[in-house]
Amino acid sequence: MSLLEIQNLSVRFGDDGAPPVVDGLDLSVDKGEVLAIVGESGSGKSVTMMALMGLVDAPGKVAADRLQFAGQDLLTLKGRQRRRVIGKDLAMVFQDPMTALNPSYTVGFQIEEVLRQHLGLKGKAARQRALELLERVEIPGAASRLDAFPHQLSGGMSQRVAIAMAIAGEPQLLIADEPTTALDVTIQAQIMDLLLSLQRDQNMALILITHDLAVVAETAQRVCVMYAGQAVETGRVPELFDAPAHPYTEALLASIPEHSNSRRLATLPGIVPGRYDRPAGCLLSPRCPYAQPRCGERPALEPYDRGEVRCFYPRNMTPGEAPEVLPESQRPSQPPGEHHVY
Amino acid sequence: MNSIETLPAAEPTAYYPSPLREFWSAFRRNKGALGGLIYMVLLVACALFAPALAPYNPSEQFRDFLLTPPAWQEGGTAQFILGTDELGRDMLSRLIHGARLSLLIGLASVVFSLLPGILLGLLAGFSPTRLGPFIMRLMDIMLALPSLLLAVAIVAILGPGLINTIFAIAIVSLPSYVRLTRAAVMTELNRDYVTASKLAGAGTLRLMFISVLPNCMAPLIIQATLSFSSAILDAAALGFLGLGVQPPTPEWGTMLASARDYIERAWWVVSLPGLAILLSVLAINLFGDGLRDALDPKLKNAA
Amino acid sequence: MLSFIARRVGLLIPTFFGITLLTFALIRMIPGDPVEVMMGERKVDPEMHAQAMERLGLNKPLYLQYFDYIGNLAQGDLGESLRTRTSVWKEFTTLFPATLELAFAALIIAGTLGLLAGVVAALKRGSLFDHGVMGVSLVGYSMPIFWWGLILIMFFSVGLGWTPVSGRIDLLYDVPPVTGFMLIDTLLSEEEGAFLDALHHMILPAVVLATIPLAVIARMTRSAMLEVLREDYVRTARAKGLSPSRVVFVHGLRNALIPVLTVFGLQIGTLLAGAVLTETIFSWPGIGKWLIESIGARDYPVVQNGILLVACLVILVNFTVDILYGLANPRIRHQR
Repeated sequence: MSLLEIQNLSVRFGDDGAPPVVDGLDLSVDKGEVLAIVGESGSGKSVTMMALMGLVDAPGKVAADRLQFAGQDLLTLKGRQRRRVIGKDLAMVFQDPMTALNPSYTVGFQIEEVLRQHLGLKGKAARQRALELLERVEIPGAASRLDAFPHQLSGGMSQRVAIAMAIAGEPQLLIADEPTTALDVTIQAQIMDLLLSLQRDQNMALILITHDLAVVAETAQRVCVMYAGQAVETGRVPELFDAPAHPYTEALLASIPEHSNSRRLATLPGIVPGRYDRPAGCLLSPRCPYAQPRCGERPALEPYDRGEVRCFYPRNMTPGEAPEVLPESQRPSQPPGEHHVY
Repeated sequence: MNSIETLPAAEPTAYYPSPLREFWSAFRRNKGALGGLIYMVLLVACALFAPALAPYNPSEQFRDFLLTPPAWQEGGTAQFILGTDELGRDMLSRLIHGARLSLLIGLASVVFSLLPGILLGLLAGFSPTRLGPFIMRLMDIMLALPSLLLAVAIVAILGPGLINTIFAIAIVSLPSYVRLTRAAVMTELNRDYVTASKLAGAGTLRLMFISVLPNCMAPLIIQATLSFSSAILDAAALGFLGLGVQPPTPEWGTMLASARDYIERAWWVVSLPGLAILLSVLAINLFGDGLRDALDPKLKNAA
Repeated sequence: MLSFIARRVGLLIPTFFGITLLTFALIRMIPGDPVEVMMGERKVDPEMHAQAMERLGLNKPLYLQYFDYIGNLAQGDLGESLRTRTSVWKEFTTLFPATLELAFAALIIAGTLGLLAGVVAALKRGSLFDHGVMGVSLVGYSMPIFWWGLILIMFFSVGLGWTPVSGRIDLLYDVPPVTGFMLIDTLLSEEEGAFLDALHHMILPAVVLATIPLAVIARMTRSAMLEVLREDYVRTARAKGLSPSRVVFVHGLRNALIPVLTVFGLQIGTLLAGAVLTETIFSWPGIGKWLIESIGARDYPVVQNGILLVACLVILVNFTVDILYGLANPRIRHQR
């Protein structure tokens, strides 16, 4: 039984006719697993996680067949029950640490808030625990930092505080949304190491959202590749890099400087479809070098031996490995979904 | 090489609306702003065609019809649809001519404060170490007094009347334009396109008027609408205090000054001019709000 | 923080001098003979005229006259009212409490109602309440308040007879002026029912005066709240699983209040301007009415120094608001 199970998640902004920002996403994460979600800006990776946390507001609409976490059905949880899970068992660290902390309150206040809300700690006990947390995230001079205000901290330190707030409730799953993108290169490695050591020590599952493939290769066990709001491939880490199945993943890997053997970086022509220009068929088809007439239909995400792929003509398959990928419209089974919108 | 086959899938048609059309469709959606615009058109029509539209001469006194109620009330007559005032003058005609006056005052004061204001703001922004601080100190001093009091002071010194009212209101509105322009200029001066222009050899004048100023127009336009409506309010206030336009000129505020004595007897003499002021200012503010919402991209997506 | 305060104080001085220059210049610009202007008399015979010129220092060069003026101000001599022959300063201090009381009441009304309405409107964005608040506040600051006062009088005083038409208190009551604040003085005095009567007299003017600030504060609070609620740290607060009310009030409002505070300060100026009109309509014996009457009566010493005093008041209040803003904003508070 996986820790997190997402089935057919869709998020759209505006009325039902508006194109979805997240389109039929399936995802699962096991206890203690590190999953990386990779994609370009605009692929929907952040929105997916925000939908999971219940942070998508009107005019956004979230719908899913299944949204299960730690045995609880997130779709049917009411406000107060949901708030017992969010911030405690399921926590998130955001991209820009400089704006993620409230400028009007001290660091200590903001950490102790979480302790009070989820662990019932007050007064001295809370302060002590907050101190321990700051030390755990390797903030030098933790005792004095408790009374510091966010604008007095650097980017790296602010992110450490944000991580401390997230792990304060001892979560089973931590979502890190591009935690190092806004930081200096030298600090990036430190923060990543911190996240991984926390993950190991607390046997926490970690979903890492990033666009940096190098980080994925070093840290994740499984990867989900997203494009234009859909998951196009999932796989285990060494294998996906060695033999990408989806043409997009292949192109992504080919565009890393380390992988190129010619003077110009390989790129796909065209740009990611936006609101106004989504193709009727496979979303990559206008740009895909291997497009065939059949790609005029949308392929479904099909599981196979090494993972899942959403392509009628997957690449790098060993003989007999390729799954029978059906068009989405023909996909059988899906129960007339419990489509919850919240 | 990869074989690229033409796809039978439909070519996605990208439809990117032009900026003007985007602005208009955003503006149009705001019912209030549209209503404001319509009312304003009505006002302008009144102002332009007042002599033709008004049934009577606004100063003409009908001695037999002092304080006649509006037509729908008992004692009223269809001759004077909105009734007459204490000197027997037709309310409707006075209100229509009042529109002409108010719009004139609003327009004149905006023009006479906008142009010098932009100029001073440009100067202050382009000369941050010499002229700038001096100009801004001056503006701060002018802003130290609430606008109405400053206008009252100016009119107190110069004497009442239409011209002095316009002058006083123009002076009072000046600081906001200067501040706005200067702030916008300082922001724009930091931008790369200005540096690029300078590198290409653009002189200060060209920079000022051709490169920078067009980019400051949006907040200026919005401020101009706001000033227009406050000009009407301030002019009416001055008229009410007896310091602005003098009777028998039918300025709406001046009409209210003498109306005080008739609260008990003739509600229309008290209500109608003020209502005219309220509706006009409301229309302009609605329009200005709609303008702001349509011009400010940040607010657009937060629908 | 200290340098912030020091800079603000530093600005005070030149602004103050600027104002005195302004009022000095304004009076000198009045057309007509300066002696007649300053003394309020016409057709002074040549000998008295020369004596007056000497005495008033009007034959000195302008800059010396200015120094005389500043000198007098420094000694607290603000001249004498031509009408009442009392010192301008004395008249000001006698009448000021009435305006202060009214402004205070209006500020309380505008502040509490405005904040509340703004917060709720922001929380219920797009709802009927939100549209209602926005609509009402739009009408509120589009309104000529002198007309609004007249309408309210017409309705409540004349029509329904609920409130009195003018003044601070019924003439029947004999209330010795201890503080100058009618509400306090009536409580201190032994007259029965005086307090209620004073309150009665104050409701309508206070409501009228509060109208525009109320509208502006409500709008500002709403937009500040909306903006704050969009901030990343509010998202973090929600991701922490905090209750909605805590997110809104502890995390949201605290930061939204900062820009609202500046608006509060700006409204003081509006209140003073509004006081002029409100006091005229309700015959409220404050400095607004005093100034207008003096202008009409050509009582120039009062006009000159009365405006000076009001301007100084506004500057002082703005200064205080600036400092409070600095205290409220942690970034400024911790500056060197």
